[in-house]
Amino acid sequence: METLSLLMDGFASALTPINLLFALVGVILGTAVGVLPGIGPAMAVALLLPVTYGMETSSALIMFAGIYYGGMYGGSTTSILLNTPGESSTVITAIEGHKMAKNGRAAQALATAAIGSFVAGTIGTALLVGFAPIVVKFAVSLGAPSYFAIMVLALITVTAVLGASKIRGFAALGLGLAIGLVGMDPVSGQSRLTFGFAPLVDGLDIVVVAVAIFAIGEALWIAAHLRSNPSRTIPVGRPWMGKEDWKRSWKPWLRGTAYGFPFGALPAGGAEVPTFLSYVTEKKLSKHPEEFGHGAIEGVAGPEAANNASAAGTLTPMLALGLPTNATAAVMLAFLTMKGIQPGPLLFENEPALVWTLIASLFIGNTLLLLINLPLAPVWAKLLKIPRPFLYAGILFFATLGAFSVNMQTADLWLLLLIGILGFALRRFGLPILPLILGVIIGPMAEQQLRKSFQLSAGEISGLWSEPVAVTVYIIIAILLLVPLVLSILRKSRGGSSELTAGLAAGGMISEDELDKVDSQQPSSGRHSAEDDLDGKDK
Amino acid sequence: MSEVTTVKKKRVELLFAAFLFLVGIIVFVDASQLHVTYSQADVVGPKALPYAVSGILILSSIALAITVLRGNLAEGEEGEDVDLSQPSDWKVLLPLLAAFVINILLINTAGWVISGTILFFGSAVALGSRRYVLTALISIAMAFGTFYGFYLGLGIKLPAGILSGVL
Repeated sequence: METLSLLMDGFASALTPINLLFALVGVILGTAVGVLPGIGPAMAVALLLPVTYGMETSSALIMFAGIYYGGMYGGSTTSILLNTPGESSTVITAIEGHKMAKNGRAAQALATAAIGSFVAGTIGTALLVGFAPIVVKFAVSLGAPSYFAIMVLALITVTAVLGASKIRGFAALGLGLAIGLVGMDPVSGQSRLTFGFAPLVDGLDIVVVAVAIFAIGEALWIAAHLRSNPSRTIPVGRPWMGKEDWKRSWKPWLRGTAYGFPFGALPAGGAEVPTFLSYVTEKKLSKHPEEFGHGAIEGVAGPEAANNASAAGTLTPMLALGLPTNATAAVMLAFLTMKGIQPGPLLFENEPALVWTLIASLFIGNTLLLLINLPLAPVWAKLLKIPRPFLYAGILFFATLGAFSVNMQTADLWLLLLIGILGFALRRFGLPILPLILGVIIGPMAEQQLRKSFQLSAGEISGLWSEPVAVTVYIIIAILLLVPLVLSILRKSRGGSSELTAGLAAGGMISEDELDKVDSQQPSSGRHSAEDDLDGKDK
Repeated sequence: MSEVTTVKKKRVELLFAAFLFLVGIIVFVDASQLHVTYSQADVVGPKALPYAVSGILILSSIALAITVLRGNLAEGEEGEDVDLSQPSDWKVLLPLLAAFVINILLINTAGWVISGTILFFGSAVALGSRRYVLTALISIAMAFGTFYGFYLGLGIKLPAGILSGVL
């Protein structure tokens, strides 16, 4: 029951007026950025990093946690009212949610999303309380070889398993790792990739990198493709649910939670898979399968719960192992490092007050979110009316201000511009953002563990697999990489293969889907051909 | 005609692959110039990871070039306000970048209040704001507000520049 008393201490410190205030600020900001197009929780946390230099670590972290959870609530509002999911995790919600809104059931859709998020977030946080100490107990027994293996697993899964194109994923990972390399090597004292510029010796400031990639890159990308007439919002009153809606919602909430938490807790599980699984399950189990595709409430309740539970799940590896598995967690971890706190399993031992205050604040934030989201949904929907020029000019303005205020150096602003243009290029050329940002943050940690492993084994390469956990993880990595390959080779050998694709597949750099696309020799998707036609008319 | 634009698109994407290749080469060359004294305590040394990174970059750039040549073109990132039916609009991007650069050049001499106003006003107008007076008022309010907000709230002194006696 040690956990419980620690949690109670956490509540005591999270319930101080100042921390409550930060939790409230966090959830309000989080809901706002979730609703606003173009800003997500990762960008919001990155933009706030400079402001938090002078703040108490726990207060800042409470605010970030509020933003993280709040972003999930706000995101569902836009996907239901606008049918434009801002993040991949709410794509599924939009399918049924927007249909419900069109049928005049927006209030019920928003209600089941908000209450489901609350239920899932609360259960998920409780699971975090239960599991994190167990993971920590297990993790402190792990040595450097196991850590290195787990970090490689995290990088490989975000790169090769999630995302549409593995090649582009690996390219993004390479760029991220390269950014992480810049600066002085802590072991040998040699400068890497600094090209003789003194400011680079300390490494690229993570604040500048995060703001550039998330804020500048995104704002430039949207600016270049700004919709001339933003989509129409469906007007909505106060969310509420009838008895029938409750009856149809509560089971999907619980099932969604059961899917969401474990996937979020896995290294690089993410929210896409559990939300999708939840949708499919609800469709199968529903007594009203005919309503699916026309606004079934189960199809909103389940995926929304899965989404929020996975958000809680993500915090498990972040707090217990120091391993971020999504963009927001990565930026939050960068914040801890910036504050001189070493993330990892020892965090619970070294900073118990911080960890438990944060966890307690998650419960509080979740409750606050329900309170501000249910009655205020119509007010939040008004945020969508902000003129887009002001919104995106504001993002550029605050990004510049934030990056500058860290060191007061114009050199940082040039870097911000350069990396921001890189962020634009990533979006233009279809490179996923997550492998890059995890490469920046996990790369240096993984290198440290790698070198520690070799120190322990006195230079023997077998030191890498000297621990059973490391061996297990390498086997998982091998399976993850080989199964799609074997499948595609089998398919090719049956269907007669072209030499080049077989060669590439053996190189392991091409995904199954791409092989299919390549083999069918279609030059591009429908979207591109539409674009081509437009271009043609211009000439 | 549509074939011509596909060729153009391919060329742009191949340029990007070339950029990745170049970064890979730079990482490789930089790593090869590190001086390593063998030590029992650091068998891996500072070169190993850079070599691996340059390998990832070079291999993925080559693979990317091949998929692009075979017609697998990139899909731009989607978003709530993003309209992918049009190519990138340079008439918006270039003035936006100009506003950004002007801010960098002026922030220390003219001060944040002036450079920030230009940044916000320039960006908003580039993005299509046509109510110039309102935009200008908001820009000035944002720059002033953040200047004093950072000073009073966070204790961060942003450069006052030529207005240093006034503010």
